[in-house]
Amino acid sequence: MTYFIDRRANAKNKSAVNRQRFLDRYRTHIKRSVEEAVNRRSITDMERGEKVSIPTRDISEPVFQHGPGGKRTIVSPGNKEFVEGDRLRRPSGGGGGDGAGEGGASNQGEGMDEFAFSLTREEFLDFVFDGLELPHLERKALKDLDEVKPVRAGVTRDGVPARINIVRSMREAYARRIAMRAPLRRALRAAQEALDEEERKDPVLRNPSRIAELKAEIERLEKRLEAVPFIDTYDLRYNNLINQPQPSSKAVMFCVMDVSGSMTQAHKDIAKRFFLLLYLFLERNYEKVELVFVRHHTAAKEVDEEEFFYSRETGGTIVSSALTLVDEIITRRYPPTQWNLYVAQASDGDNWDDDSVNCRERLMKSLMPRLQYYTYVEITPHAHQALWEEYETVAAEFPDRFAMRQIVEAGDIYPVFRELFKRRAAH
Amino acid sequence: MTRRKPIATGSDWNFEILEAYEHELARLADEYRLDTYPNQIEIITTEQMMDAYASVGMPVGYHHWSFGKQFLAVEQAYRRGQMGLAYELVINSDPCIAYLMEENTLMMQVLVMAHACYGHNSFFKGNYLFRTWTDASSIVDYLVFARRYVAECEERHGVTAVEQLLDACHALQNYGVDRYKRPSPISAEEEVRRQAEREEYLQAQVNTLWRTIPGRPQSDLLAGSADSEDDPLGLHAGGRYPPEPQENLLYFLEKNAPLLAPWQREIVRIVRKLAQYFYPQRQTQVMNEGWASFWHYTLMNRLYDEGLVDEGLMLEFLQSHTAVVSQPGFDSPFYSGINPYALGFAMFSDIKRMCENPTDEDREWFPDTAGSDWLEAVHFAMRNFKDESFIQQFLSPKVMRDLKLFSIVDDDQEEMLEVTAIHDERGYRRIREALAQQYALSLREPNIQVYEANIRGNRALTLHHVQDSRRPMGRSVYPVIRHLHQLWGFPVRLESLAEDGSVVRRYQWPLPDEDGKE
Repeated sequence: MTYFIDRRANAKNKSAVNRQRFLDRYRTHIKRSVEEAVNRRSITDMERGEKVSIPTRDISEPVFQHGPGGKRTIVSPGNKEFVEGDRLRRPSGGGGGDGAGEGGASNQGEGMDEFAFSLTREEFLDFVFDGLELPHLERKALKDLDEVKPVRAGVTRDGVPARINIVRSMREAYARRIAMRAPLRRALRAAQEALDEEERKDPVLRNPSRIAELKAEIERLEKRLEAVPFIDTYDLRYNNLINQPQPSSKAVMFCVMDVSGSMTQAHKDIAKRFFLLLYLFLERNYEKVELVFVRHHTAAKEVDEEEFFYSRETGGTIVSSALTLVDEIITRRYPPTQWNLYVAQASDGDNWDDDSVNCRERLMKSLMPRLQYYTYVEITPHAHQALWEEYETVAAEFPDRFAMRQIVEAGDIYPVFRELFKRRAAH
Repeated sequence: MTRRKPIATGSDWNFEILEAYEHELARLADEYRLDTYPNQIEIITTEQMMDAYASVGMPVGYHHWSFGKQFLAVEQAYRRGQMGLAYELVINSDPCIAYLMEENTLMMQVLVMAHACYGHNSFFKGNYLFRTWTDASSIVDYLVFARRYVAECEERHGVTAVEQLLDACHALQNYGVDRYKRPSPISAEEEVRRQAEREEYLQAQVNTLWRTIPGRPQSDLLAGSADSEDDPLGLHAGGRYPPEPQENLLYFLEKNAPLLAPWQREIVRIVRKLAQYFYPQRQTQVMNEGWASFWHYTLMNRLYDEGLVDEGLMLEFLQSHTAVVSQPGFDSPFYSGINPYALGFAMFSDIKRMCENPTDEDREWFPDTAGSDWLEAVHFAMRNFKDESFIQQFLSPKVMRDLKLFSIVDDDQEEMLEVTAIHDERGYRRIREALAQQYALSLREPNIQVYEANIRGNRALTLHHVQDSRRPMGRSVYPVIRHLHQLWGFPVRLESLAEDGSVVRRYQWPLPDEDGKE
């Protein structure tokens, strides 16, 4: 007796639970690998999974086994030149390719030192951003949003033909037809019965005019029955859509960078990594993320990505020019009611001395109230200058939404990033 | 010559074609008296196949990270192309479940049906080990029971607690089998019915064993173990517990571990029962694969002889078959031990050969088999042996010559390895003996038994490891006794005994303090 069963349609991820258990169990190992990968990879390269290796010894499932030593006899195939009594040198290192008899008893490790497997992109990014959250994601309350989304809201009697609800319309039509035909049918049946009765009478007793009358009546009723329309405008029903305010799923990220002579390419690379981490992170939280690149020396300019990172400028630094430009762009293109606004600024801390005050003013008065979050990273091994101090007062004013950190070398970026976005205890 | 009228050509398949071939295979198998369970052939996708591999072929299993690890390993190997998933996976159950992957070519599907549904299936039904140790009709139900029970425990006691318990049990699962006693068959219904009952009963038994006020020592029992000078009042005269060494560690723990909660005992039992289910498979790898390969080869050739498959399919089959039963030499980069398919196929084919065309050598070595009815002979071999005894009984000089087997003695007291036997007149018997030993489970795994549980004193558990040919324990011994300690709850000692009974090495957990005190 044989049965064929087609199981292809069944769920395929039977092992998902076990896979997840494994990842949870080796969370620390995997996180270490992921962190190494983040530091090693160029950030544009974050968008794929990662091969993770865990030392086999850490994940082995021990069982009682024989160790090396003692006396044992190993039978192997493929003898070419040996004869009985030959004595051979013991292969150095033991095991390896010539582990003959041992192969049978050892577990499936096959002498590999590392257990390697791949994380999917999703799993990888989960680990990268594990335990991080966006500050003030909840601030965008519904009231200050003018973003709307049409949602289904029942059925109405009027609307455009494209939204006819066919099932409901047909049901209405059916009910109407029953209702309109019922009295006609009843009258028709009565007339028919009367006619039958008349015709059953003896031919002498029949009333020809009565018969003609009844026949005319039947004909009239049948016509009226047929005239009941199959569907009427009165029956039509339309799907109703209403507009519902929607939390914004759009974010815009302003990358602001100092490109004055003092910023070297190394500085910019560090800044780039920081920006890209932030970008990836936002992308996981919003459906749509737009990027605006603003670079500045003494004057600010909106540029494309290539120019932002790779063209060199010289000259002095006026930070407030960039902040003013950002402010203008927001006003012109990104109304805060529709967009979640993030600004990330990178600089080496240089600024014209009297400009730092302007920066603070601009931030406090105009920018901060509209922004979701502002991060400032200062890439310098040196002591802080006036800009840092002014920003500190801003940070004191907006402790939840303004963050600033110092980065000295590329390796600091990831820890700093984690620190900036680490999950805060609920307050 | 018959006129060729193949059922199908090309590499595409559909259900009608598969059914037609299956029908023909069933007819031929019947001719060869292959007695099988009903077949349940499931068509699955690659991902499902990986799932199936990861759960060691069990159609349902409880959740554990180690299966996840297995899955990742399979996935990685498959992606890199190091491993073809195509061959076969078959489950010893009634009906016998075999998987066909949808990506397989028609040839592969027919081959897998012949191999799994008639080869392995008849082996499961016929071999004495499977008949004794497993109950094919209830395994799937039992697995469902186990999965549900473990899931319930996870809900009640937390995933971590269950996971740690399973880790510990898995470490000992090869020691969860009674080797000599015939076990009672497992049955899911009965398990559920009796499980609650057992919980209470077990706990009561354990409580008796560990009650704090000892009763009168049963002084007659093993009185010799008490030293009357040190113990004039005979306080320790009750004899050792257990009176006989116990080889089934998990069973001993399930019944005697003092601190396990009833649900924990039940999980120990589940792991033990599943170990028992896999026990015959671990002992019949060569035979099982050899038998299945022998029959897929025979059946495919019959299909061809009857013109039911065309030349193209046959060539594809031969290519695949040859790859499966090839045996690279020990010095080849592809060598990874003796290929059970190759050895088993060679041996079964050789039994057939010596029945049909016996040589003088065969008559001398196998007087009962040479020249007898081959079908009877292979069935006899399949039914009544396991790898160890099968090799001891049927490995012929011809197979040894074909595979060019030789044996080497590796003795750590000698500086050099010594070739002790090659495939010649003087060596045949020694090679055969050595190869059989290589497949003896009792020699492959260290021989470890529960020697004593100190029920009157500190509750320490002592195990004995009887060394074979001075082979010591591997490095994994400490992790394993740590797991053992988790289950037992009190100090665990393992003593390695030389063949003369003297203790050569002691292991214990927890590790002794610095000053050597326990």
